[in-house]
Amino acid sequence: MENENNILEIRNLRSCFFTEKGVVPAVDGISLDIPRGKIVGLVGESGCGKSMTARSIMGLLRYPGRIAGGSILFDDQELTTCGEKQLRAICGKDISMIFQEPMTSLNPVLKVGKQVRETLLAHDPTMDREEARRRVIEMFAQVAIPEPERRYNSYPHELSGGMRQRVMIAMAMIGSPRLLIADEPTTALDVTIEAQILRLMKQLQEQTGMSILIITHNMGVVAEICDYVYVMYAGQIMEQGETFQLFDHTAHPYTQGLLASIPRLGNNPERLHAIGGVVPNLLHLPAGCSFCTRCERATAACWEQKAELEPVGEEHYARCFHCGEGTA
Amino acid sequence: MDEPIRQQESLQSQIGEKDGIGEKLLRMCRQNKLAAFSALLILVIILMAILAPVIAPYGEAEQDLLNRLQGPSAVHLLGTDELGRDVFTRLLYGARVSLTIGILPSLISLAVGVITGLLAGYIGGAVDYIIMRIADIMLSIPSLLLAMVVTYTMGTSTVTLFVALSMTGWASVARVVRSQTLSLKESEYVQAARSIGVSRFVIMLRHILPNCLPSLIVLFTLNIPSAILSESSLSFLGIGVQMPQASWGLMVNQAKEFLFTAPWLCLSPCLAIMIVVLAFNFLGDGLRDVLDPYMKNQ
Amino acid sequence: MKQFLKRLLGTIPVIIGVVLLIFLMLRIIPGDAVSVLLGDHVSQDTIDRLTAAMGLDKPMWQQFVSYIGNLFKGDLGISYTYSRSVSEMIMEAFPYTVKLTAMAIVFAWGFGLLAGIISAIRQNKLLDRLFMGLSLMGLSMPVFMTSLFLQYLLAFKLGWFSLVSDGSWPTMILPAIALGWNSAGSIARMTRSSLVEVTQADYIDTAKAKGLRYRAVILGHGLKNAMLPVITMMALQLSSMLSGAVITESIFAIPGIGRLATTAITNRDMPVLQGTVIFTTIIVIAGNLLADLLYSVLDPRIRKGQ
Repeated sequence: MENENNILEIRNLRSCFFTEKGVVPAVDGISLDIPRGKIVGLVGESGCGKSMTARSIMGLLRYPGRIAGGSILFDDQELTTCGEKQLRAICGKDISMIFQEPMTSLNPVLKVGKQVRETLLAHDPTMDREEARRRVIEMFAQVAIPEPERRYNSYPHELSGGMRQRVMIAMAMIGSPRLLIADEPTTALDVTIEAQILRLMKQLQEQTGMSILIITHNMGVVAEICDYVYVMYAGQIMEQGETFQLFDHTAHPYTQGLLASIPRLGNNPERLHAIGGVVPNLLHLPAGCSFCTRCERATAACWEQKAELEPVGEEHYARCFHCGEGTA
Repeated sequence: MDEPIRQQESLQSQIGEKDGIGEKLLRMCRQNKLAAFSALLILVIILMAILAPVIAPYGEAEQDLLNRLQGPSAVHLLGTDELGRDVFTRLLYGARVSLTIGILPSLISLAVGVITGLLAGYIGGAVDYIIMRIADIMLSIPSLLLAMVVTYTMGTSTVTLFVALSMTGWASVARVVRSQTLSLKESEYVQAARSIGVSRFVIMLRHILPNCLPSLIVLFTLNIPSAILSESSLSFLGIGVQMPQASWGLMVNQAKEFLFTAPWLCLSPCLAIMIVVLAFNFLGDGLRDVLDPYMKNQ
Repeated sequence: MKQFLKRLLGTIPVIIGVVLLIFLMLRIIPGDAVSVLLGDHVSQDTIDRLTAAMGLDKPMWQQFVSYIGNLFKGDLGISYTYSRSVSEMIMEAFPYTVKLTAMAIVFAWGFGLLAGIISAIRQNKLLDRLFMGLSLMGLSMPVFMTSLFLQYLLAFKLGWFSLVSDGSWPTMILPAIALGWNSAGSIARMTRSSLVEVTQADYIDTAKAKGLRYRAVILGHGLKNAMLPVITMMALQLSSMLSGAVITESIFAIPGIGRLATTAITNRDMPVLQGTVIFTTIIVIAGNLLADLLYSVLDPRIRKGQ
């Protein structure tokens, strides 16, 4: 580990889809640090590779996706090469994950209590089942599931979306993980439920001192709970920084676009800003900056040459030749 | 929708995999060699059946009582049967009957099934109830026994086979069409068409039917082998195609008397049935993969 | 449970429909029965008298009502050829058919499920290829072909089994395998593809993320979900299996229901044919009900009526 304060260090990670039409670099050499006890946000549009990054950590890439290079260090342990058995021992215990769709992420034919208990038993087969059950019910209470005893025997379809996501959180928390990866944990939920779930995650983080990697497309979520933010576009980190710094001194035009497209009260421009165009085809990226096709500030240099991730402030980096120009 | 799936989908649209039926068929031929080969094989067999009088070395019922139950030889490629008829010749003529009975009733089932399924799904209510109960009735009577009942009434003939096979085949088509109609009925563009006053008939014809087409092609292709199997089973029991016509099932029926003395007599029609059935199944599976990936479990 | 009762009641119109359909189809040719019984060269007077005695002069609906009434009493009429009660004949033949199909089902399910699961776990490995090849063969071979093949190979060439069955368990093995082969093939393929598809589900990722062993993920989370479509298919196969039994019974000389039906065709023995077809169909409907029940036990979403 380069820094002992980090629980997870990703270096130059490349994860690609190996399709018939060519290799699609969905994650194209990203580096990312997650400090102990902090909440880190990974932001970007759908298809930018943020979920791929999370899945690479957990070894959950689906065919034809594969890690093609780079390293993922978790507490001095290399995850990309450690072998399935090792990874299994870590997943669910030291690192756990919450998925986007609480509807489909729970097995429809098994009782939710048993699904949570399974995590405990997987890592400690000798544990007494009654004891495990008791701990699951405790955990249900801790994530504020009402009537935990009764809910233990419920099937997923009998619970509301928010309740299911609480079950997922309980499942992730039961192993007392040191790192929790939350892949769009609130995207499928109502706004009011979203706030509740975020508050719950924040509160659990404070209680246990774990780290959280939260993956989202929603800048609002980032502002609410993240300490540090990475902005991802077309498989690369475009800008990264401490949350307040990044929100106050946004450097990259893409990040500026993301922030400008959040509707705000009181501040009424003629119409809501939208980033023009679509995410480019990853098979045919421009030679230069991958955002140049949609960037208002792109110059000839942007089309020909890739910018490096350069410091633009304290703990604040951006990948752009025109950093800070035209900042709102 | 889960993020990676969405990713892969946007990936697919990026690579340009949203094509029409024609391109999909081409893609199947390129990617699924087995299905392409099967399609070719089916074409060749159909051609051979059509050209049977030209290709066949002997007449359909030409007997040679001096050379009965001969093994395969240069003169008789696949040997001769108990009346000294050339097995290869009979096989070619048998293909005509077996293939016709495989394809025609499947077409009839398809037509009946599409009409009833559309009506049941789109009109709903009592019409739906009655049509689907009739389909239930047809599907719960074991097909061979139903065919036997038809045979009892109509006597043994090719027409009987048509009727019997069509009676059982339409019901499953109707079920698929109905369920697709039900889901399409709720889709936005059908709602939109309805809101601007397009008539029911036109909606069914223009909006719903084309969307069922991929499933129907697959269903049709997979219906043929099962019809061929049913025909051969009935003919094997002696209640299907009758002499002097040849069909593959009937050839097995006659050859089974000589199973222990002249096993090759059984073998060639059996192999013919297997190959054709396999080819249609491979083709059907290949078509389903490109046309209708969501139908896998139906 | 309420759901199930509703389903149970729903079969009643289907059963009545089946009886009506078979009843009508067998009576499209009027007066046929009597001429079968009497042969040619009889006076019109005799024919008329017998027709009246058998109640065949009454309108069709009256005949139907009395047939349905008798059906509920377990009376399926009298055989033209043997002058015996059809229900008695069926009850004599039924145990053989039950034996045969039960063994075939045990073989088909046992072999089919096992091969399907192994194939799914060892995808694209040798064993998978072998099982899928075998099941493909099963799918493309009609029952009579498998029967002849096994009869020739295992009974005639190798002498492991007897050529025909006398109805005892050991002699039923060969016919049962022949009958079950086809279903085993489709069950194996369905189990495999369903299991492979289920492994794409989100909850499989959840299970993997828990750190479960691969086998525990497949068997604990995949199998139960994967079984749902397989059960539906198994129920549908009961019907084709009973069709197949007609053929197997004819090849191996088993005196079951299928044989009853084939001889009824040859003898133009309408009541026997009618009785066997209706009886078999009711068995199929009952089997489908049972599958529904099993389905709802496995799938909590249906159990609670959603």
